[in-house]
Amino acid sequence: MNKGISWFNICMLLFGFVFLYAPIVILIIFSFNSGKLVSVWSGFSTHWYGALFHNEQILEAAWISLKIGAINATIATILGTLVAFALNRFGRFRGRTLFTGMATAPLVMPDVITGLATLLLFVGIGMARGMATITIAHITFSLAFVAVIVRARISALDMSLEEAAMDLGARPVKTFILIVVPLLAPALVSGWLLAFTLSLDDLVIASFVAGPGATTLPMVVFSKVRLGVSPEINALGTIIVLLVTFCIVIATLIFQRQERQKILDDQMARRG
Amino acid sequence: MNAVESVTGSSSDGSPYVRIENVTKRFGEFVAVDNVSLDIERKEFFALLGASGCGKSTLLRMLAGLEKPTEGRILIDGQDMTNVPPYERPVNMMFQSYALFPHMSVEDNIAFGLKQDRMPVAEINKRVEEMLELVQLGQFGKRKPHQLSGGQRQRVALARSLAKHPKLLLLDEPLAALDKKLREQTQFELMNIQDETGITFIVVTHDQEEAMVLSTRIAVMNQGVIQQIGSPNEVYEYPSSRYVADFLGSVNLFEGEVASINQGIEIRLPQADLHLVANNRDNVTIGQNVAVAIRPEKISVSIDKPNELTNQCQGKVDEIAYQGSLSVYQVKLADGRMVKVSSPNQVRTAKRTIDWDDSVWLSWDTDACVVLID
Amino acid sequence: MKSMPFRITGRTLAVAAPYVWLLIFFLAPFAIVLKLSFAEPLIAQPPYSAVFEWAGGLLPNFTGSLDNYQFLLTDDLYINAYLNSIKIAMVSTILCLLIGYPMAYGIARAPGAWRNALLMLVILPFWTSFLIRVYAWIGILKNNGILNNVLLGLGIIDEPLQLLHNNFSVYIGIVYSYLPFMILPLYANLARMDDSLLESAADLGCRPWQAFTRVTLPLSIPGIIAGSMLVFIPVVGEFVIPELLGGPDTLMIGKVLWNEFFQNRDWPVASSVAIAMLVLLVIPIVIFQHFQNKDSESNP
Repeated sequence: MNKGISWFNICMLLFGFVFLYAPIVILIIFSFNSGKLVSVWSGFSTHWYGALFHNEQILEAAWISLKIGAINATIATILGTLVAFALNRFGRFRGRTLFTGMATAPLVMPDVITGLATLLLFVGIGMARGMATITIAHITFSLAFVAVIVRARISALDMSLEEAAMDLGARPVKTFILIVVPLLAPALVSGWLLAFTLSLDDLVIASFVAGPGATTLPMVVFSKVRLGVSPEINALGTIIVLLVTFCIVIATLIFQRQERQKILDDQMARRG
Repeated sequence: MNAVESVTGSSSDGSPYVRIENVTKRFGEFVAVDNVSLDIERKEFFALLGASGCGKSTLLRMLAGLEKPTEGRILIDGQDMTNVPPYERPVNMMFQSYALFPHMSVEDNIAFGLKQDRMPVAEINKRVEEMLELVQLGQFGKRKPHQLSGGQRQRVALARSLAKHPKLLLLDEPLAALDKKLREQTQFELMNIQDETGITFIVVTHDQEEAMVLSTRIAVMNQGVIQQIGSPNEVYEYPSSRYVADFLGSVNLFEGEVASINQGIEIRLPQADLHLVANNRDNVTIGQNVAVAIRPEKISVSIDKPNELTNQCQGKVDEIAYQGSLSVYQVKLADGRMVKVSSPNQVRTAKRTIDWDDSVWLSWDTDACVVLID
Repeated sequence: MKSMPFRITGRTLAVAAPYVWLLIFFLAPFAIVLKLSFAEPLIAQPPYSAVFEWAGGLLPNFTGSLDNYQFLLTDDLYINAYLNSIKIAMVSTILCLLIGYPMAYGIARAPGAWRNALLMLVILPFWTSFLIRVYAWIGILKNNGILNNVLLGLGIIDEPLQLLHNNFSVYIGIVYSYLPFMILPLYANLARMDDSLLESAADLGCRPWQAFTRVTLPLSIPGIIAGSMLVFIPVVGEFVIPELLGGPDTLMIGKVLWNEFFQNRDWPVASSVAIAMLVLLVIPIVIFQHFQNKDSESNP
C-alpha cells in the first residue's frame, strides 16, 4: 500500500502538519506565560488559568454555549437522521429535489447569509431573541452535517438486515429500534458530537440571532480578541484543545482496541 | 436420496400447500415476474432455478412478503397472503448474505423471531438450544457472528429462520457463499434437516447441480417465466425446450427437419450427410423443424466402428479436456460441426487410448435423442 | 427502490418533520431576505419599510423599490468587495488544493496503521475552536509577534515586517482554517481508488508520473471539485478571518454585510448584499450539491 508514497509526499505532509499545528502549539506555550504579552516569554505561570476561572462573563457564556450545543446536537441528530433516511431509503417522493437542496445547501452557505436570513424570520414572526433562537438557527445548519454522516453509514448498511428482522416478525418501528439504531449508533454519536462542536464554534450566526442575556462563548471571545490579544484567551484555547485531544485519543484507543479484537475474532473464526 | 421417488409430491387432501396464482411483478417498465402460476405441496423441497435476473429471487421475496405482487395472488395453507406484511406471515427466509444481526450473539439472533412472538423466556431458551443442536453449533451460542467462519454463519442463519417453525422456509442461494467442498457437505445437511423438521423448503439457486441434488422438484425460470417444472430427473433427461436443455448441464443441440416417422423419428440435418433417429413422441409431423438434444455422456466414442447402434458418425478428435473422473472430447465432424462427448476414466493409465487428431466413431442410442419442438 | 405500502404513514411522518423544519427555518428566511431587499430603511423597530401594502384588492400592492440594488451597483465599495471576495476565495482554493492534494495523497497511500493517525491529525483542529485558531495567528504575525521576533533574532531582517492586517495574513488564515475541508473529500476519493488501477497502468508501461496524471488525477476530479466547492463557497462570505487578520483595505463581502447590518443598521441594504451574494454562489452551490448527492448515493 505504501509503495506510492514518495519523499515529496512525506515533505508535503510534514509541511502541512507543521502549518496546521504550529499555531496551536504556540498558543498553548504562551498560555503559561507570566507576562501579558503572548509573543515574548517572561516565565512560567498558570496565572491566566486562574484569571479565566474567575471571569464570570466567560464562565456564564461557556455554560450557555454548552446548553445550546447539547440541545442543538440532540435535535439535529434526530432531524438529520430522518433526512438521511428520506434521501437514502425512501426512493422518489414529491418535493424530493427541493428537500435535497435544503438539506445540502447549509453545508456551504456562508454564515453571514444564514445569520441575517434567520434573524429576519424571527423578527418577522415576532419571536423574542435569546437562547431559543440561537438553538433553532444552529439546528438548521447542524442537521445537514448530521445527515451527511448518517447517509454514509446507511448506504454501508445491508438492507437485508432490516428485511430479516421484519421476516422474523418485527414490525417496522421495532425493526428500526432493535436493528437500525444500534447499527447506526457510531454515526449517530459522531453526528451528535459534530453538531455539538459546530454549535460551540459558531460566532456569526449566533451574533445575528442572539438577544439580551444570551451571549455565547464565541461572542465573548470575539469581543475580547477584537480589543487585542489576551493570555486569558490562550488559556481558554489550551483547555479546549486539550479537552478535544483527550476525547479523540480516548476514542482512538477504543477504536484500536475494537480493531485488535476484530483481528482476534477473525483468527477465532478461522480456527472454527 | 428422496429426489427421484416423489416426483409430483401431491398430497391427499387435494389443495396445494403453497399456491402462486397468476403472479406478475413489475418494477416500472421492467417485468421481473410474468404471470407465474405454481403449486407447491407440503414437505416438498422445491427449487427455483435460473440465471441471475430471471425473476426467481423476486418470486421468493414475494412469498416472504418483502415485495408485493403487481397482479395475482399468493396462498399459503389455504390463506390469502398477498397483502400480509412479512412480519405477519408464517414464513421465514434465509438470506443470501445471511443477514445475521452483527450486534447480537448467535443465541440472540436465533431468539430474535421468538421474542417478537412474545414466547416465554424458558421456552425461548429451550428452542434456541434445540436449534443450536440441530445445526451442530452447541458451544457457539455466545459468539458474535463475526467470530464465526462462513460455514458456521450459514448454519446460524438456517437455525434462526427455522426457530419459529415456519410453515414455509425460503432459502435464497443458501450455499452460494461457501466453497465447493463445504457446499457438498452442507447440501446433505440441509436435506437431513428438512427431513427431520418436515418443513416445506423453497430454495432459489443459479447452480443446477445444487438444485438437482437438493430438491424434489425444480422450476426452471427464464425472463420472468417458468420454462419447465419437474423432478430433477425429468428436467435433465426430458427437457421441454432448448433453453432448459442448454441451461441444465451440457448438451449437443442439432437443428434439423423431420424426414420420416416409423419405428422412430428420423431427423435429417441440413448440409450434413447425417441422419438422427430418435424415439417416437407426440406432436411431431413430417417436414417440421426440430432440435435434437443429446447429452455428452450418452455418446460413446471408439476407434473402431461400432455395430449395433442406429446413430453413429465419424469425426476427428479436436480437443481433450481431462477432468479427473472423466474426459471430455471435442470431436469435429466432416461438416465442421463440433460434438462434445464425455466418457468416464475407468482405467488408471497414463497412456490414452484415444488421442488428439485420432479419427473416431461416435455412437448413441435412439433413446439418447430428445426431440425439442419448442 | 422497494415499495412497501404498510410503511407509508411512518414514512410520511419521517419526511415531514425535517421537511417542515427546513421550509420554515431555512427556505422561508430567504424569501424574507428577498422581500426586504426591496424595502427602504427606516429609523424604526424593525428598521425597514413595508414592501407590500394592502389596498383592499385581491393581491397586495408591491410598494418596494430596486433602490438598494441600484445603490450596490453605483457604489464602488460593493463591487470591489464582491470582486475581491471572489479573488481571495479563488486564490485560497487553489492554495488549499496545492497543499491539500499531496497531503491527501500521502495519507491515502500511507501504511495502514499510519493512515488513521494522520487522518486524525487532519480532523483534530477541526474540532477545536475556529475562532481561537484564527486568534493564534495574531500572536504569530503581529509586529512584535513571534515570527518577527525570530526573524529579527536571526538577523534576517532589521526591522519588523508588516505581516498582519493585510491580504497576506488573510490568505494565511483562510488556507489554515479551510485546509481540512479540502483534504477530507480528497482523501475519501483517493482512498477509495483501487490500487490495481495503478498496478495495471504500470504493467501497461506507464511511468509513475504518467500513471498519476493519466489515472489518479482524472479519477480524483469529483474529490477535487467537492473539496474546492467546500472551500470556495464559504470563503466568499467569510467574515471572521478578514475581520481579525485583515486590514482596513481588506474588502470582503461578508465583512461589508456585517457592517451594513451591525454598524449602519441598514437591514434592507444588508439584505440586498445577501441576495447578490447568493446569486453569485448559486452555480457553485448547485455544482456542489450535484457531486455531494452523487457521492452519497453511489457509496457502497
